[in-house]
Amino acid sequence: MPATRPLPELVCPAGSLPALKAAVDNGADTVYLGLKNDTNARNFAGLNFDDRTARDGIHYAHQHGRKVLLAINTYAQGGDISRWHRAIDEGAALGVDAIILADIGLMKYARDRYPDLRLHMSVQSSATNYEAINLAQDMFDIRRAVLPRVLTLDQVKQVIDHTNVEIEVFGFGSLCVMVEGRCLLSSYATGESPNSHGVCSPAKFVRWEHGQQALGARLNGILIDEYQQGEAAGYPTLCKGRFEVEGDTYYALEEPTSLNVMSMLPQIIDIGVAAIKVEGRQRSPAYVAQVTRTLREALDAAGRDKQRFAVKPAWTQALSKLAEGQQQTLGAYNRPWK
Amino acid sequence: MHIPDLTLPTTLANILGKLPSTPPCWALVTTLNQLKKREILQVDMSLLSGHSFEVHILDADMRLHFVADDDHFSVGNNTTVPDLHLAANLADFARMMLREEDPDTLFFNRKLVIEGDTELGLIVKNLLDSVDWSATPLQRFMAV
Ligand code: SF4
Repeated sequence: MPATRPLPELVCPAGSLPALKAAVDNGADTVYLGLKNDTNARNFAGLNFDDRTARDGIHYAHQHGRKVLLAINTYAQGGDISRWHRAIDEGAALGVDAIILADIGLMKYARDRYPDLRLHMSVQSSATNYEAINLAQDMFDIRRAVLPRVLTLDQVKQVIDHTNVEIEVFGFGSLCVMVEGRCLLSSYATGESPNSHGVCSPAKFVRWEHGQQALGARLNGILIDEYQQGEAAGYPTLCKGRFEVEGDTYYALEEPTSLNVMSMLPQIIDIGVAAIKVEGRQRSPAYVAQVTRTLREALDAAGRDKQRFAVKPAWTQALSKLAEGQQQTLGAYNRPWK
Repeated sequence: MHIPDLTLPTTLANILGKLPSTPPCWALVTTLNQLKKREILQVDMSLLSGHSFEVHILDADMRLHFVADDDHFSVGNNTTVPDLHLAANLADFARMMLREEDPDTLFFNRKLVIEGDTELGLIVKNLLDSVDWSATPLQRFMAV
């Protein structure tokens, strides 16, 4: 292992032009964004970029020497896949630094049409092993793969040791606990899911009920959770609901927590992770600014002196305030599975 | 700029709560219309048209009602149930507007109450987030 590894790229989310600028201004190496339609997995009303804001954003990032990735990470649906093809054409015309794709049909389209366009394999592709990643490299020349948030650090290392495709991992943000891209919970409750419609638990199905005692979250009429006075709330996703199982009501699948890998940064650098991704294109510029600034500081500190790296209380404080459910976890990374 | 964590003192709140809410509400809709006209607020009115909104400043006990049609905002009446109801203390509204705090964060922390049409709430939130204040004279007031 070489003595000094380059620092992983810090990849930050942007759902709007101000968020993109906040990411760049606070030290993101790379920003990722989506277009205003269902070709990306954060297809929320009023969010994302049109041609003009994308142009402005890309110009701003490039002016500051940063990169821009375009996420086209839903699966092209049914009869009409022209929207997805057009999104790829648009990305190529805009001059983004890479396109993040999940659908292998789209990978082929992009590879055939734009041989010089850099392709990243989305987390939604659900590639959890090096064989899948190497196959995508052989077939479509993908340059980077984003790993689902279900692998342990050892497993991530395994993947890295057996591929020369760059590996990107999630570093901070709300957790999506299923092997991403394969979760049917949202479809089950609403008929729409991240892969098909670009959104988990679409807002039009969500109702917040303010009762005397508690705040209720309903998804298409189904009560998902109730938060007592003063209890931190979360996104109304089914996986983070409380369910009655054999007479016990509890978070049967996952607690509403946020992933935070700060304490593992030295190991992440050591095993050769190429990029660390921050979740949250749906969040505001204030979130992007705070998370980017904090992780930039932490990454730089780990890069300067890995041995003596320690998480500063101020960093933890800054991030825990922003976290969903206000709890942070290392997710699968520190599980003992091999 | 940092907004201290304070709630309005009760006496002040009592006075504010008794004042008619029409002038502040008028100021709000005028500002919105101005921002829209100058294309700072890049709003797709078709998404908001026909909807009524209520901004409830909890510590001032002040409720601002307004409605949207195809091309502008106007003062609404406070007798109907709004399609979207947003409630928070003044300091938290200020934090959101100045981008010191993310609305999701305030919501998770139960400092922001959203009732009614959740999708409409998301549209409004994303609309405010997309305003590029750096293109306006208000820039120096903004955190980002
Ligand atoms: S329900 Fe949960 S695990 Fe499934 S896609 Fe949504 S956030 Fe991910």
